[in-house]
Amino acid sequence: MLDSSFYTKADEILSKHPAQERSLIPILHEIQESYNYVPVELLPYIAKHIGISETKAYSVASFYERFSFEPKGKYIIRVCDGTACHVRQSLPVLERLRAELNLSDKKHTTDDMLFTVETVSCLGACSLAPALMVNDHVHPAMTPDKATKLLQDLREEEAKS
Amino acid sequence: MSSRRVRSHQELNTLRENFENTIKAEPVRILVCAGTGCQASGSLKVWEKMSELAKNTSVQVEFAPEIAHGENFEHPAVHKSGCLGFCEQGPLVRIEPLGVLYTKVTPDDCGEIFETTVKNKEVVHRLLYKNKITGEECFNQSEIPFYKGQTRVVLKTCGTIDPESVEEAISVGTYQALAKALFTMKPEDVIQTVLDSKLRGRGGGGFVAGKKWQQVAAQPEKTRYIVCNGDEGDPGAFMDCSIMEGDPHRMIEGMIIAAYAVGAQEGYIYVRAEYPLAVKRLTLAIKQATEFGLLGDNIMGSGFNFHLHINRGAGAFVCGEGSALTASIEGKRGMPRVKPPRTVEQGLFAKPTVLNNVETYANVPQIILSGADWYKSIGTPDSPGTKTFALTGAVRNTGLVEVPFGITPREIIFNIGGGIRGDKKFKAVQIGGPSGGCLTEEQLDEPLDFDSVKRLGVIVGSGGLVVMDEDTCMVEVARFFMDFTHRESCGKCVPCREGTLRMLEILERIVAGQGEEDDINKLRTLADLIIHTALCGLGKSAPLPVISTLNAFPEEYEAHIKDKKCPAHVCQKLKQYIINPELCKSCSKCARGCPVQAISGQPKVPYEIDQTKCIKCGACISACPFKAIYVA
Repeated sequence: MLDSSFYTKADEILSKHPAQERSLIPILHEIQESYNYVPVELLPYIAKHIGISETKAYSVASFYERFSFEPKGKYIIRVCDGTACHVRQSLPVLERLRAELNLSDKKHTTDDMLFTVETVSCLGACSLAPALMVNDHVHPAMTPDKATKLLQDLREEEAKS
Repeated sequence: MSSRRVRSHQELNTLRENFENTIKAEPVRILVCAGTGCQASGSLKVWEKMSELAKNTSVQVEFAPEIAHGENFEHPAVHKSGCLGFCEQGPLVRIEPLGVLYTKVTPDDCGEIFETTVKNKEVVHRLLYKNKITGEECFNQSEIPFYKGQTRVVLKTCGTIDPESVEEAISVGTYQALAKALFTMKPEDVIQTVLDSKLRGRGGGGFVAGKKWQQVAAQPEKTRYIVCNGDEGDPGAFMDCSIMEGDPHRMIEGMIIAAYAVGAQEGYIYVRAEYPLAVKRLTLAIKQATEFGLLGDNIMGSGFNFHLHINRGAGAFVCGEGSALTASIEGKRGMPRVKPPRTVEQGLFAKPTVLNNVETYANVPQIILSGADWYKSIGTPDSPGTKTFALTGAVRNTGLVEVPFGITPREIIFNIGGGIRGDKKFKAVQIGGPSGGCLTEEQLDEPLDFDSVKRLGVIVGSGGLVVMDEDTCMVEVARFFMDFTHRESCGKCVPCREGTLRMLEILERIVAGQGEEDDINKLRTLADLIIHTALCGLGKSAPLPVISTLNAFPEEYEAHIKDKKCPAHVCQKLKQYIINPELCKSCSKCARGCPVQAISGQPKVPYEIDQTKCIKCGACISACPFKAIYVA
């Protein structure tokens, strides 16, 4: 059972969109951004509000890679594995991040909910390959050592806040 | 602010003149590139530093505050510009009216730039781009080889104006084409001009844009939609991203003109969620254009209404396909459907829909302003105009380029791109992303246009050019693309969902050194089947990277399958780690670092690696203090 605050937040988001099927994806985006995931329990609530079936809401939410039913960490690190990044060695960067954080292709988020490491098809920063994105910020020309330094910096930033 | 609304063509001209004069009145104009690339290299810090210096200077760099606008109010002459294209050399800073272009600028350089260039009108030589071959300094953009070979139509003002300012867009003539269409042309004239120009869709297919418009305009159903495909999902492509970020008003103007031509009142821009900056700038551009009466109800007092919405994608490559994209805007799973009916008949919300991509719309205003004949004077007879390409990979100058159709790949890679990085040997250039293929050395002198490259078995696609050097394994590249299309397959049709998986399994086996004699035949059979039976373009083109590499590099496949060797030394599982007995000092550090106890030896006798146990992790190489271990 979700805390009632989730429903209050959902109401706030729902009120901004017309109660129609076409609002589903924008609503899911806002929920994903508020919590870093889409609590699956909210889907029936949203579905009812915009007049679609629960199964439909679930089918859409599970189709798109951007929406996650599992909580993500505070810092979402998306390592670009587009063609340009791939040929300029993005995989060693990904491997270093996973090794440093004890993550794998099955486990994406650290237990302390601080970091999530994923791959993304292309960030559009191909000329500065290999690139990665921390939340909305692009980091260019990465190397495994720079990745280690990045984690240190993020941890320091976290310790300060 | 209703007072800012433009109510006639005349008023637009007056505004344009005012803004132009305002910009001319800026004694010094500093443009800091704020495209995704330069921002990633730290250009915002440069912009902040420049702004701070501008604020505290006695040199007059401001213009009349009553005309100044928005967030730049306090330091109006320091602007963030759209992508200048030369991302490799970023952050880029351009100073006008001198026209000097500085590369790789850091916040620490700003003080010197301010003293030397802004105050004393002299050049900071160390920040100029140096010609890689002659070593000569390049003072401005036009002297840099990277820009010399380009023809900028779509990107004409991208990088020279502040994309967050509609005033700057108006000052360089944006929305003039719209005014011309609204006040001097009938909708059918607009369609005819676009038809005559032979403008072809830049999203990959190359379908004639004017035909689409004509077909939508001819539908009995009167509710019509204009949709812009900004779901640039091809890995290795960022052209549309740069246009949306760098010159959003140009593309919006193109969409309004299309709406006027086909009688649509609503439009949607579908942008990837991975492009937050593009979303931000488009949102702002729509807001500003609406404030100025260039969008919304009664545009420029003409009585024509058009409303524009932004839909963010949610990370599905297949949404670049027309019917999947419209399904996604409708709030459904982004899955293609069987055609016909086609998008022009039943597209978004089952209404007639014009669906073009970002670059196609961005071409429209200039065609309306300068005419179809002018447009056809650029490029080739059947592929007129220019094409933007994202030039990336193993090339010296990576970045965003715009060239006329008909140019050869060699010119792009070796003249504009400056050749291969680290003086390595060119191997192939991948064009068209996961739906395309590669061009080899022998094909580099063929003209690059929609029809010529099709004859070579590849497509222009949306415009990603990934250059590969001798260190790239083409089988691995084929596996990479197959992995991508398999992951992105929506799963609706069996040939794509299962077929790409089978092909991927075979490729994974080959790169792991477990390829079988018959694998190449199997790949070809599967490819043929998928190409002919898949439901949509994503599936139909998924096998192309494999076919293309099979045709161009059969010997590489054979080396992997028969000799279990990767000629480019890329495939991890085919590598052999070997200890050079002459350099080995038997210190045992490698053996202690080996996670699987594959290394053994005795004091004073060189150590050895047991290849049957070795997992090729590379731990021994980093452990060896004498550099005695190498990869074969």
